[in-house]
Amino acid sequence: MISINNLSKTYATGFRALKNINLEIKRGEIFALLGPNGAGKTTLIGIVCGILKPSEGTVTVDGHDIIADYRAARSLIGLVPQELHTDAFESVWATVSFSRGLFNKPKNPAYVEKILRALSLWDKKDNRIMTLSGGMKRRVLIAKALSHEPQVLFLDEPTAGVDVELRKDMWQVVRDLRASGVTIILTTHYIEEAEDMADRVGVISKGEIILVEDKAELMHKLGKKQLILQLQKKLDVLPPALAAHNLTLAKDGTELVFTYDTQAERTGVTAMLSALSAADIRFRDLSTTQSSLEDIFVGLVSER
Amino acid sequence: MMNLRAAGAIYKFEMARTGRTIWQSVVSPVLSTSLYFVVFGAAIGSRITEIEGVNYGAFIVPGLIMLTLLTQSTMNASFGIYFPRFTGTIYEILSAPISGIEIAIGYVGAAATKSIILGLIILATSFLFVPLHIAHPFWMLAFLVLTSITFSLLGFIIGIWADGFEKLQIIPLLIITPLTFLGGTFYSTSVLPPLWQKITLFNPVVYLISGFRWSFFEISDVSHTVSIGMTLLFLAICLAVVWWIFKTGYKLKN
Ligand SMILES: Nc1ncnc2c1ncn2[C@@H]1O[C@H](COP(=O)(O)OP(=O)(O)O)[C@@H](O)[C@H]1O
Ligand SMILES: [Mg+2]
Repeated sequence: MISINNLSKTYATGFRALKNINLEIKRGEIFALLGPNGAGKTTLIGIVCGILKPSEGTVTVDGHDIIADYRAARSLIGLVPQELHTDAFESVWATVSFSRGLFNKPKNPAYVEKILRALSLWDKKDNRIMTLSGGMKRRVLIAKALSHEPQVLFLDEPTAGVDVELRKDMWQVVRDLRASGVTIILTTHYIEEAEDMADRVGVISKGEIILVEDKAELMHKLGKKQLILQLQKKLDVLPPALAAHNLTLAKDGTELVFTYDTQAERTGVTAMLSALSAADIRFRDLSTTQSSLEDIFVGLVSER
Repeated sequence: MMNLRAAGAIYKFEMARTGRTIWQSVVSPVLSTSLYFVVFGAAIGSRITEIEGVNYGAFIVPGLIMLTLLTQSTMNASFGIYFPRFTGTIYEILSAPISGIEIAIGYVGAAATKSIILGLIILATSFLFVPLHIAHPFWMLAFLVLTSITFSLLGFIIGIWADGFEKLQIIPLLIITPLTFLGGTFYSTSVLPPLWQKITLFNPVVYLISGFRWSFFEISDVSHTVSIGMTLLFLAICLAVVWWIFKTGYKLKN
């Protein structure tokens, strides 16, 4: 749906915010772009949406070049910006209708009503935007982005500083949009969001895409699993017989933690368990945890 | 294919802004113009009763209308485009499937419309104070409309160039208003010493006021054909600059 080729961006200050980005976004997917502050997420979105000029490289949206064929490309895109850039004196209804007009769509009050209702904005439709809370303003920005029935939706840090209620509403809207075939690209540094919502994850750091992967695949591939054994008897030190296994003591010696790689040919679980029983160490219970995207992400970014 | 709906949306947005500030927008220029009549008409008019056969109060009407057109057009159009840049809402216009021409039509059209309405209101107000006769209504309207568009374009350029509210006000305040006062709003430049008459010809506003006054009373400081030509020239220059701004993305896109 979106094809980014050798894209670079150098700001007037000489700062190189994007370095030779190549990225394909598939039609109908939810793509999460993860990266620490200043990684270049907003810059990348700004270029695709026509707010910033690319320095090098090309971008096409559904086959339309964002510069040569900007009208066709931009018509397909809705953008919810990171910052709360809203008008002040206009009513909610007026500002959403304005957006629809900007994108060359004929009036459709029924559709605008549907969006406002989905975002719990309907009873605020005649209020001036400046009288709304921050959360409500963000809803207005989402409504504006959806006003022209976009095929691609960019959400730049949609949940930064947003209350639980709005998060819930927003993810419902996102799921509905996805179900209707809309491609969604969201940036975030909240990993849980990507983990919950995304089909694929891209990680950007210092202006470079360092990884693009299916979310499930990524978790699988990079996911280390831990087996936690709750011991019947407290251990003060790890018996030397168990030293060969990747075990550590935790919780003052009441737990043994076994770390293993799920992708490895031999995970070593059986051998470890036999070693435990040979050493006559009994356990009451066991559980496993898998590393989250967060762990993976922190690992990836700090490696650089 | 043009996206006229977008131009329309911007136009409507800007006109709604005018509507909200109707007091500042309409009442204050009308009030200040009336004060000019009272002060200049009464104080000076009692000494200078006529200029080139025209009642002094009537003589200053075209100048007063021009003064309003020039300042209001530049201030309105510059504020119209500067404000979204200032608040950040410009992101939406930049991301919309809309060309520079359509953006300009929206902002400049709205600013010019407002100026034209103001000009006509001041004209109507003037009829209450002085005897007026309009010799060439078509040309009167043509000057009114062309000048409003030209100076709205100029305002649009200023609004893009400015990076602070001071810069926004500096040109109307320090250039346009003085040039208008010196350009024959309240007198005929023929009363000036010959050297100053020559210098005055470098003041573009002279051509606008002179042409506009000619359309009322058929008296002018410079030939009305020259005035028409100059008006069109200023329009062309402003159009060219706006075209260049959108071509290069000057100050709109990083
Ligand atoms: N207008 C600008 N001029 C110069 N540098 C900028 C500008 N905008 C952003 N940057 C820099 O580019 C980098 C990427 O910024 P941004 O895309 O906003 O990152 P993110 O959205 O991932 O937090 C940052 O280091 C930022 O300081
Ligand atoms: Mg950002």
